[in-house]
Amino acid sequence: MSVLVYVENAEGKFKKSIFEVVSYAAAIAEQLKTELIAISIGKVGQDDLTGLGKYGASKVLNVSNDNLKSFVNQAYASIIADAAKKENSTVIVLSNSFSGKGLAPRVAVKLKAGLADSAVDLPEIENDKFLIKKTAFSGKAFAMVELVSAIKVITLNPNSYQVKESGTVGKIEDFAPEFKESDFRTMVTDIVRASDKIALPDAELVVSAGRGMKGPENWGMIEELATVLGAATACSKPVSDAGWRPHEEHVGQTGIAVSPNLYIAIGISGAIQHLAGVSSSKTIVVINKDPEAPFFKVADYGIVGDAFEVVPKLTEAIKAYKSNS
Amino acid sequence: MKILVCVSNVPDTTTKVSFNSDNTQFNTGGVQYILNPYDEIALARAIELTEGGKGTVTIIHVGEIGSEPTIRKALAIGADDAVRINSTPRDAYFVSAQIADYARDKGFDIILTGRESIDYNGSQVASMIGEFMDIPSISIIKKLDIDGNQASLVREIEGGKEMLTVNFPFTASCAEGVAEPKIPNMRGIMSARTKPLEVIEASGIEKLLDFKSYSIPAPRGSVTMLGADETEKLVDLLHTKSKVI
Repeated sequence: MSVLVYVENAEGKFKKSIFEVVSYAAAIAEQLKTELIAISIGKVGQDDLTGLGKYGASKVLNVSNDNLKSFVNQAYASIIADAAKKENSTVIVLSNSFSGKGLAPRVAVKLKAGLADSAVDLPEIENDKFLIKKTAFSGKAFAMVELVSAIKVITLNPNSYQVKESGTVGKIEDFAPEFKESDFRTMVTDIVRASDKIALPDAELVVSAGRGMKGPENWGMIEELATVLGAATACSKPVSDAGWRPHEEHVGQTGIAVSPNLYIAIGISGAIQHLAGVSSSKTIVVINKDPEAPFFKVADYGIVGDAFEVVPKLTEAIKAYKSNS
Repeated sequence: MKILVCVSNVPDTTTKVSFNSDNTQFNTGGVQYILNPYDEIALARAIELTEGGKGTVTIIHVGEIGSEPTIRKALAIGADDAVRINSTPRDAYFVSAQIADYARDKGFDIILTGRESIDYNGSQVASMIGEFMDIPSISIIKKLDIDGNQASLVREIEGGKEMLTVNFPFTASCAEGVAEPKIPNMRGIMSARTKPLEVIEASGIEKLLDFKSYSIPAPRGSVTMLGADETEKLVDLLHTKSKVI
């Protein structure tokens, strides 16, 4: 028996969400009194791989093959399922990232495993029962899902579990599964990454703005605040619908759900659809000139004021704080 | 070109979510059901790609008779025909297995879903159908173009996008950017009433999981209001009290 965790790399490096998912899987392995094995696909440096030991992975299966330099959903899913069979894994954990969302369902079908997506907490394991808490209704609720299958697959939401260092020493084992040609039917032709920006889905700090900004030309101050804070930028649905900001910044029920430590909402009234996407943020700050804006009801801190005055002042205050700390 | 679009019937986005007294069932009382917004995007693109006699669009839905208005809406928007698999959509594995069973010998070139349903948000069905049928699946696409029997797609990744190509057949889950949802016109609404809607019975699929109970996120403590000139105090509170910066 073992727990298997898939460690996705971005251009050869692991991000914080991967340390979260390894820490989380290590805690499950401890619950089940078994070991945690990680599987890495693609080219990652030796130090980065052994470094996963720090978070509790006693062994890292390393699949490094020229055919796998870029993401091939089907092939990666086959490799993860093969690794699970080889290691006799009963629980397989992935990050609920864009690639994780594509992989986990295929792995689950291959292994006839129940899949709990968007997990936000450790499983409750009691005798034969295995229950997982996941987000549902686009952040408006949580569901407890019981996985009744022998093998279980879980995807963990980013920013839902604290990174924990357990100090295991990891060893690397090369893993060379057989490939099926039919697994290589998608071909990546190009990847574009906005390297100067923080990715919204796993950002710890988010600065989000709405129609109160009046037009796309006024986003400079939002971006400046985000830069000074080291935050990702986001927006409300009317803003992305109007083309002021790209769709991938749209947070809410029909956009993406985020769970940062800090969500600053500027000029967003707080429609129920938007609130659904931010309800698991740890701290919410609302800046709005309308004191009746529904967003204030779910905020931790509120400022009633004109964004065009408050935001530059807030940026200055953060600059001052950063230079003193 | 034959396109299959999988649709789900979900509570309207303005729904205040609540559960029965022992928190085991979603309260459907007074809830308005709609065609899942992401599925509308998938459907709109399918219609664009097949317009002018270039192909057909079939709707498939796993659900009970009560969801037929949603299927009719999809037909009104412009799909050619529809299939309803008569069963409670237990979970994504069950739904995907049913759709794959139906689609396996029908020769669909493309099978589209929305990126997720806005009720259970699993984001699983496109990938699971792909696995059941042993065809490629591409999750959370932002763009879909067709040239002959090859598709070029743009997929969202953290902090960027990935461009890829794939030959027919494949499945993909559609997000914003793929197309603008279409509003049905009067002719569409009239013709939807007579478009074919086939009802078939579900096949038996093993149960791998169970939704046991639900809860609502705990309400936040009361809001601390600050003046428009108290931004320094806000920064201090975020640092010392909330410990988020």
